[in-house]
Amino acid sequence: MSPLARTAPVPAATDPSLIRNFCIIAHIDHGKSTLADRMLQLTGVVAARDMKAQYLDRMDIERERGITIKSQAVRIPWEQDGVSYALNMIDTPGHVDFTYEVSRSLAACEGAILLVDAAQGIEAQTLANLYLAIEGDLTIIPVLNKIDLPNAQPEKYAAELASLIGCEPEDVLKVSGKTGEGVEALLDEVIKQLPAPVGVADAPARAMIFDSVYDTYRGVVTYVRVVDGKLEPREKIQMMSTGTTHELLEIGVSSPNPVPSKGLGVGEVGYLITGVKDVRQSKVGDTVTNSLNPATDSLGGYEEPKPMVFSGLYPLDGTDYPALRDALDKLQLNDAALIYEPETSVALGFGFRVGFLGLLHLEITRQRLESEFNLDLISTAPNVVYEVMGEDKQLITVTNPSEFPDGKILEVHEPMVAATILAPSEFIGAVMELCQSRRGTMRGMDYLSEDRVEMRYHLPLAEIVFDFFDQLKSRTRGYASLDWKADGEQVADLVKVDILLQGDQVDAFSAITHRDKAYNYGTMMTSKLRELIPRQQFEVPIQAAIGSRIIARENIRAIRKDVLAKCYGGDISRKRKLLEKQKEGKKRMKMVGRVEVPQEAFIAALSTEEPKKK
Amino acid sequence: MSFYVHIPFCTVRCGYCDFNTYTATELGSGSSQATYAATVSQEVSFARGVLEKSGVPHRQIDTVFFGGGTPTLLPAGDLVAVLGRIREEFGIKPGAEVTTEANPDSVTRESLQELADGGFTRVSFGMQSAVPHVLKVLERTHDPARVPQVVAWAREAGLDVSVDLIYGTPGESLQDWRTSIEAALSYEPDHISAYALIIEDGTKLAAQIRRGEVPNIDDDDHAEKYQLADELFAAAGLSWYEVSNWARTPEHACRHNLAYWQGGDWWGAGPGAHSHVGGLRWWNVKHPAAYQQRIDGGISPGHGREFPDAAAVQLERTMLLTRINTGLPISELDETGRKKVAGLIADELIDAKQAFGGKIVLTQRGRLLADLVVRELLDF
Repeated sequence: MSPLARTAPVPAATDPSLIRNFCIIAHIDHGKSTLADRMLQLTGVVAARDMKAQYLDRMDIERERGITIKSQAVRIPWEQDGVSYALNMIDTPGHVDFTYEVSRSLAACEGAILLVDAAQGIEAQTLANLYLAIEGDLTIIPVLNKIDLPNAQPEKYAAELASLIGCEPEDVLKVSGKTGEGVEALLDEVIKQLPAPVGVADAPARAMIFDSVYDTYRGVVTYVRVVDGKLEPREKIQMMSTGTTHELLEIGVSSPNPVPSKGLGVGEVGYLITGVKDVRQSKVGDTVTNSLNPATDSLGGYEEPKPMVFSGLYPLDGTDYPALRDALDKLQLNDAALIYEPETSVALGFGFRVGFLGLLHLEITRQRLESEFNLDLISTAPNVVYEVMGEDKQLITVTNPSEFPDGKILEVHEPMVAATILAPSEFIGAVMELCQSRRGTMRGMDYLSEDRVEMRYHLPLAEIVFDFFDQLKSRTRGYASLDWKADGEQVADLVKVDILLQGDQVDAFSAITHRDKAYNYGTMMTSKLRELIPRQQFEVPIQAAIGSRIIARENIRAIRKDVLAKCYGGDISRKRKLLEKQKEGKKRMKMVGRVEVPQEAFIAALSTEEPKKK
Repeated sequence: MSFYVHIPFCTVRCGYCDFNTYTATELGSGSSQATYAATVSQEVSFARGVLEKSGVPHRQIDTVFFGGGTPTLLPAGDLVAVLGRIREEFGIKPGAEVTTEANPDSVTRESLQELADGGFTRVSFGMQSAVPHVLKVLERTHDPARVPQVVAWAREAGLDVSVDLIYGTPGESLQDWRTSIEAALSYEPDHISAYALIIEDGTKLAAQIRRGEVPNIDDDDHAEKYQLADELFAAAGLSWYEVSNWARTPEHACRHNLAYWQGGDWWGAGPGAHSHVGGLRWWNVKHPAAYQQRIDGGISPGHGREFPDAAAVQLERTMLLTRINTGLPISELDETGRKKVAGLIADELIDAKQAFGGKIVLTQRGRLLADLVVRELLDF
């Protein structure tokens, strides 16, 4: 057992052989943050009394949802055999929407702790990230967490992990982040098993950006891993992807609060502050070098973030449009993957078409807009990006159903994904049925253990963006896990279904679907709307149409009576107050032609839940 | 100036009723039917004092209305005594309209005569329906066969007669409703009020519907029954003058109720009664025991009040004047409201000819959708 380090190695003067860079790969709620907290506490970096549960997850939403969105890096000292080491723990996002960020975080490490809940076993997303780590030549330390749980099955899952990564079951460490059991031994193993970073100390600096975060007071804080050379305070640095230069106002390490240092050398991990205000000027994956003596080759691997899912975001109250724009501008400072442009909807007014990395990214962004900026929003059904070829043989990119060309369509290309689903074997049938109903093709199936199976599917992205994950969970009693990555495109028989209210098209409800599913979408939407839209003084036909062909129809019968029969002495105030209340409610109505549609109807129609009865 | 007198007593509470009324068991101690006439008469005297002190010019009374509850549960002499107090304190104009509501069960030839002799001019019978199974759902206890009898007695006494009907009761067929209308018309009343049944929260009927023991009411059914009534009444020579009221001649319209709709001044006496004088609305404490305590202690029975602002007054006027056949002057609308008039004509919600003459008067369709018309005119 190692004692607390008496003297911590000093940043910028630490021999690379004393450095260990690692991350923790884990599924949501498998206890990564709790384990990280315990490490901070054991190493004395954070005093127990200052311990805020899950110190590393800074954002409120993350705490609320118990997941990590933005990664951070913490330098922690640990002593072994009388030698003080510097461990850099790099926290990684755990969700599939942020695969690229994960890959950059992994690239900053020499090793990874594979952390798996001893009561649940490994999940698909963890497998995906483990794959990325193995591909990146990282040394893997398999660890089972939560061994204090009464329903933990450490033997069973140790065997599963061992067979996955090719080690012996007894090599799998067993810890409890909650009680602290096994955590010190784990820190010792990190030093023993992980290789020290290697780099050229006297070369021009090359440091990889693995995260950048906007801070209201300090501007953008950029997290880097130095590969070669050295970065020093006040020097000019250069971003290799764009060639832009910035002055280094501050450089330092997190422990876990920022501590300025005299620089960062080979193998070290820390932060840079340059005074830029926009994370897009400090892109994840980019290489930082010295401006005076720049490196010739970047570290490689940089990719522009590519939105996969688009949705229209509209303020419930039209006067909030400028506030929504300001809010998106602010969020973008901290989210290089967020892109948006103004769009107008006949039904919903002024809003934005917003691109996201995935559904979680969408949900988080929307939640942040609502909770941090106090905006009430309607979001349209998410859709993917299509390439559509009309009669003129030109391919046009469609990110919004309203851009789908009219007239004859020669070809529609849709993005595909390779999905991996892990589930107990009793649910094979249920999963297959779901994937088939979503136009999936099976590409393979393997048993991970006697009763756990991995299924691989090729699926259209559009089929998984809506409610696939919820369906998967509900059909497997919550046991299945999903991971996916983009995997090319295919030509498919896709059509645009429009929804018309009294003959007027409601753009917010248009959807691009497979021809075989157009009827389903049409009947689902028309019957939902029939329940959601109150009766009007005239009959309101609701139709679903492909082009000019009507495929589904419902009717809202005209209202015939709304008057209160009696209105005598005491009724007058009561009735007036009722009307005044209706007047308030009127503000939440949107007009589609002559039809009054409550905003609740838009929200409910665009949600995946069953509508409530009127 | 009008006077409303609330009589908060019933022998049984009907399943649909949420009025401020009490059966003997519900009433408890602390108030008494026997002394009620004297108590409410004290409020009449109190009213005079208050109005005098407030500088409201003294006016004689044009209309009096005794409502409930069941006013005729009190001896006719009690009602006459309260009316006498109003006459004493305020004076009653010659030709004034003095109405009491009456349950067919609780009047006799003699009591009706006594009312007429005491100054009453009009009686409004709670007939509701002529169909036994409908009366049963409503929990009305009277024998429908008694209605023509009491109507005849009232006529004999020289009283004008109105009958109240309720339509749209759960289980009432269109034919049932027609039967009730035809029965009512056969008594040749001067006036008919026909109300769609409203399911009020907290009533027994609301609970029965919630538990699924009784089918819910339906607005479309109500609309159809309203149309049938309007047509049969018109064919029998009764014209609508308010959404739920029809009269043989304009003189037979209920002037007391017209005062409510036209923004008139009235004092409402009795527990829970509402008043409106000089733009102020107020209402009395609800429970008869609390009411009696206030009166006995010489304290105002007023419980709450409001002074509607200009926007609220405009809303009230629009909502009330569109209910009656003399309509709302288009000149009272703002510019946005005036712009809505053409659309309302096109939708056959208001009468075109009346609009040309400067008034918003509802069509039959418009009467059923009066809320919509009001919302349009006020642009919300």
